[in-house]
Amino acid sequence: MELTGAQSLIKSLESQGVEVVFGLPGGAILPVYDPIIDSSIRHILVRHEQGAGHAAEGYAQVTGRPGVAMVTSGPGATNIVTPLANAFMDSTPLVVVTGQVATQSIGTDAFQEVDITGVTAGVTKHNWLVTNARDIPNVVAEAFHVATTGRPGPVLVDFPKDVANSLTTWEEPGPVDLPGYRPPAAADPAAIAAAAELVLAAERPVLYVGGGVLKADASAALSRLVELTGIPVVTTLMARGAFPDGHRLCFGMPGMHGNFTAVTAMQRADLLVALGSRFDDRVTGKVSSFAPLAKVVHVDIDRAEIGKVRRPDVAVVADCRLAIEALLAALRERAAARPGALDPTRIAPWIATLDEWRERFPLAYDRAPAPDARGGPPPLKPQYVIEQLRAATPEDTVLVSGVGQHQMWAAQHWRFDQPRSWVNSGGLGTMGFAVPAAIGAKVGRPDRMVWAVDGDGCFQMTAQELVTASAERIPVKIAILNNAYLGMVRQWQHMFYEERYSEVYLSPDLPDYVLWAEAMGCVGLRVTSHEEVLPAIEKANEIDDRPVVIDFRTDSMEQVYPMVPSGLSNDEIVLHPSQQGLAR
Amino acid sequence: MSAGSPRLAAAEPPTGSGPALVPGSPSPRAGKRLRHHVVTLVVENKAGVLVRVAGLFARRGFNIFSLAVAPTHDPRLSRISIVVDVDSAPLEQVVDQLDKLVNVVQIDELHPLDAREAELLLVTVAVDGVSRSQVIQLAEIYGGKIVDVGPGAVTVRLASAPEALDDFEEVVRPYGILQLQRTGRIALPKLGYES
Ligand SMILES: Cc1ncc(C[n+]2csc(CCOP(=O)(O)OP(=O)(O)O)c2C)c(N)n1
Ligand SMILES: [Mg+2]
Repeated sequence: MELTGAQSLIKSLESQGVEVVFGLPGGAILPVYDPIIDSSIRHILVRHEQGAGHAAEGYAQVTGRPGVAMVTSGPGATNIVTPLANAFMDSTPLVVVTGQVATQSIGTDAFQEVDITGVTAGVTKHNWLVTNARDIPNVVAEAFHVATTGRPGPVLVDFPKDVANSLTTWEEPGPVDLPGYRPPAAADPAAIAAAAELVLAAERPVLYVGGGVLKADASAALSRLVELTGIPVVTTLMARGAFPDGHRLCFGMPGMHGNFTAVTAMQRADLLVALGSRFDDRVTGKVSSFAPLAKVVHVDIDRAEIGKVRRPDVAVVADCRLAIEALLAALRERAAARPGALDPTRIAPWIATLDEWRERFPLAYDRAPAPDARGGPPPLKPQYVIEQLRAATPEDTVLVSGVGQHQMWAAQHWRFDQPRSWVNSGGLGTMGFAVPAAIGAKVGRPDRMVWAVDGDGCFQMTAQELVTASAERIPVKIAILNNAYLGMVRQWQHMFYEERYSEVYLSPDLPDYVLWAEAMGCVGLRVTSHEEVLPAIEKANEIDDRPVVIDFRTDSMEQVYPMVPSGLSNDEIVLHPSQQGLAR
Repeated sequence: MSAGSPRLAAAEPPTGSGPALVPGSPSPRAGKRLRHHVVTLVVENKAGVLVRVAGLFARRGFNIFSLAVAPTHDPRLSRISIVVDVDSAPLEQVVDQLDKLVNVVQIDELHPLDAREAELLLVTVAVDGVSRSQVIQLAEIYGGKIVDVGPGAVTVRLASAPEALDDFEEVVRPYGILQLQRTGRIALPKLGYES
């Protein structure tokens, strides 16, 4: 049967099981927007292409399936570069289709021509320029294969207009044939054996869990590993929820704004088992003094991560779930052959130490702030808002965040007990991520309540997507922690620039977030005092036919603690002022 | 060489139509060779592959010392030989990152001692009535060939091991090098060292 290239593309997306595409049309992609009308695929019309990309990321992060976005050439394509870079950093599977000028016009500076495969080569796993409509089914199959296998990531398919308009036929694509693409799968048994021996010998081991555990759907395997070995766990920013915070052996988040116990556990450990984590500078602090006593087992599906920052004693290049399962089997074998090999008393003193630290150095903030100087009510603490939000929302709520102080408070103070219940921008730190990502998350998991904790600065970057959410009846809920500042930058100026605040003030009421929310078809609420927090959240929870925005007026002065100042050793962790005198 | 500007040919020092080098000035290459490893890539012969490879070097802050590209005996594949300055980045990291490029089918790193290396040089040397025969003689000694003769210059072509090219450059330098172009080294594993 003859069909157009555009029809072939849509058919190819359908055959990949795509159920939703986030996008915005324009000249070069126009032919593809016609067959969308007749397709089973739901198209969600965003208001800015950056929104399409982040929505696709939110969708992918909660479902584990690739997010799909479609935009036109030129400015449409460049507008989606930030989400591609974000997805590349956070290993999120995305397939982005960009329109392109007709092949005979490529290279002529045609209207809305941008060499988008060139521009995105460094922020995609791979990209394709389709030059013949016959290739469409295969290219699309390759694109999905590359995006979702190995270390997942974004890919881009550039689709010239004449290819979309040309007549072709559609054939079921054969097995993907990419001779240069061979993601590893199973772990090398010798490496697993060596890792098992290190685990059995360790007295102060830590499982350093990263986002790869979520990507590999390895949470259940990880739980079995913890049950078998009793080794304590820390979960990085990208891995919150990969292991339940409620578990007694979960010690929360390490890193620049990690809690004292998680940070210090790594510093004192004699063994780090890094599972799908990449020794990011935000975790290690100064690398030369990071975990100085630890042997390292590094499990990662991306060989290039091995030894990039820290040379491991044992490298396991494999899918995290397969590696953990192999490690479990190797440990059980050894425990059977050598009774007592897994004797929990060996690491009991270590666990007792961690428990003691957790007791003495919990996350802290001022829970009973004094009334403000002018006699008004005490300032609303952002951490309190997050705690209330957690308490008042269902266990399986998906939490999304922007980038800044509010993100760190969310990562610290929310209790994550399920995988894929936390969506944020880690590696790139993209302000404006939250609103569109929350929309994508809600589209992917309509059964879950989706809350975004956003900053006032971040919100202003992509708030327009709430129009999308209203129009498409996607009932996301946004909690703006409105501190009237680019708070995280303000914090750095407070700490490292002698409180010389340069270009960080935003104003609490310009814009008026409630009016703005209502103008976008949302319910807008404002909260200025502690008493109003819970009622507002409960009201928002009841609204299910449109988005809700709550403008929480929070304390401008609040800082994120603990903090490891950039470039310093993790040993120099700065605690909340109320804890700074305590002997460690 | 700066991290952001991979060199696409081994014309170092830059010559082209520039002035001849001062006879006797030391070669900037001298003593550098063993800091270099050769990475040979077999890549799919597709549009944009060279850009992906070169771009990866630039992005990751790795230096390319020289680079040579041509199709292999299989027209679907090309071989890229890259001389990497191993001081610029751990070789392992370079190789692992390159290996992630979807169009890179095979990758081999060759230590100079395990490789048969070759490079091609064209050099135009200033000559006069006296030195002309000396330069021709030198070319013969090195196994080169005179490919052009002009009133005040000769052009020599020499294909050999890169170190022989270095030496030849040094011996003709005092006569005055007017133009020089090298191709960048290509390499295959020594028999018995193939991976
Ligand atoms: C697109 C982008 N621009 C700039 C930054 C630098 N930056 C990091 S956090 C931050 C402040 C964010 O302000 P806000 O959204 O109000 O969050 P807060 O820190 O106040 O909670 C800025 C400007 C960034 N991460 N992303
Ligand atoms: Mg703010």
